[in-house]
Amino acid sequence: MKFSMLPQVLTQMFKKPWTNKFPVKYAPANTTKFLADVGAGKTKIVPPIETPLNFRGKIKYDKEKCIGCQLCLKVCPCEAIEFKPEEKKIKIFLARCCFCSQCNDICPVNCLSMSNEFLLADADPYSKDLIVE
Amino acid sequence: MKPVATTKTTYHIPIGPIHPALKEPVYFEFEIDGERIIDVDVKLGHVHRAIEWASRKRNPIQILYLAERICGICSYCHPIAFALAVESIADIQVPERAEYLRVIQGELERICSHILWAGVVAHEMGFDTVLYFTWQIRERALDLTEYLTGNRITKGITMIGGMRRDITKDMIPRIHKDLQYFKEYYKKLEKIFLNDKTIKMRSQGVGILTKEDALKFCAVGPTTRASGVKKDVRLGTSYFAYGDLDFDYITPDVLTGTINGDVFDRIVQRLLEINQSILLIEQCIDKMPSGEIVAEPNLSKLLAQLKKVNGEGIGRHEAPRGEVIHYVKLDGNESPYTWKVRAPTYNNILPWIPMLKGNQIADIPIVAASTDPCMSCTNRVAVVKDGNMYEMTKEELHCLSVEKTRRLMK
Repeated sequence: MKFSMLPQVLTQMFKKPWTNKFPVKYAPANTTKFLADVGAGKTKIVPPIETPLNFRGKIKYDKEKCIGCQLCLKVCPCEAIEFKPEEKKIKIFLARCCFCSQCNDICPVNCLSMSNEFLLADADPYSKDLIVE
Repeated sequence: MKPVATTKTTYHIPIGPIHPALKEPVYFEFEIDGERIIDVDVKLGHVHRAIEWASRKRNPIQILYLAERICGICSYCHPIAFALAVESIADIQVPERAEYLRVIQGELERICSHILWAGVVAHEMGFDTVLYFTWQIRERALDLTEYLTGNRITKGITMIGGMRRDITKDMIPRIHKDLQYFKEYYKKLEKIFLNDKTIKMRSQGVGILTKEDALKFCAVGPTTRASGVKKDVRLGTSYFAYGDLDFDYITPDVLTGTINGDVFDRIVQRLLEINQSILLIEQCIDKMPSGEIVAEPNLSKLLAQLKKVNGEGIGRHEAPRGEVIHYVKLDGNESPYTWKVRAPTYNNILPWIPMLKGNQIADIPIVAASTDPCMSCTNRVAVVKDGNMYEMTKEELHCLSVEKTRRLMK
């Protein structure tokens, strides 16, 4: 066939786009105002696609369970974990984290786990949302 | 290439290191006569990131994630080759089930990479509808990867002595469904690439690499197989579960009947390999035994074990682009004494010279793209001294070698 792509192109024209327009279809003129509106419940955002099973999102840390063995510090590939010697607990800087969940695997008391939370963009790498302790 | 004496008939075109036609930094020097390329020189070393150096203060488990970041598309074959090298040093026996899981991940990566490449090559020809079509299929492949490993690109699934995630029974229907989708779309893709006039016009008889040249320049992977050389690590050596699976060397004459070694043959070769990978994954799912997926589940024990061993090992794996080799030496410390990576593109750079000679300037992107080059994989050595970066010439290397011999003789 001379134009073998043509039938595909024609069928494609009448198909729904694959892209999920998260968080909104068009960029709002004023982002701060838009976010305030969403907070007040005036406007809605397009929901994101559900995360798959065993997704590696923001780390959850159960401080009570932690025994301060420092094994997670040893395997962390990006040195995102800091040890607090006076408390014998850890502090995770998510701005450095590569979400490999290796610390979850090595933890002897299972005090670390991965949540489904993935909206972690922030202008400040040391903001409260990006430090788990 | 020698310093060029510009005559009246030929002229000199430098392209790169940063150029809109190139995806990654590489520097070409062309000697052009009218529209024809007479001579080519390639210079590398623009994206050296000192990954091997960074490995020297990390332990082997941390290096797995560093190896993953050598290249985005080969984010499985680098850590797995590293794991193979470390396993051979520490004499770790990988469980049978993990060997099959490793094949599945490797072949899934090959499908992703080859489909992406098919889109890139169509884009280089200016056939962008095919680019979007192929990447739509790739999206499905990436979704499957995410389902199996948790991530789309940096999979984080390799562990020394096995794998980190198992394929459970409830995952199998989804895999079968996606494989069926790939098969269906593979047929469409085959039809487009084999019958379309545009693709034939641009790729047939362009960038020819003869069998002799492929052997002489040590080309690897689909680039060499498209020229008729039967070279494949999966069949040449026994690793993972490839020994138990039923498959054979693929050369483009299976489909077209002849081997020309041109860009068209390399397209056909990669399409055939997509099909082969789909069949291999199906075989693996059928044959996979049950059992453990990692040799040593306790990671602190594994680290202690790796800390004790001494020796050197080599890991070889057939990456989508060809053979990747990792050399590791452990000397009883926490971090390895040395780690060296040889990525497949390193071998596939030199064949560019016979491929490009005699072609037109407009064929440069398509010929260069036909080997699926990956510069960030390739750039492994740079010498920096007193703030200046320089390359080592053959004479200097020879001098260094002589000096070392003398030093050792003392």
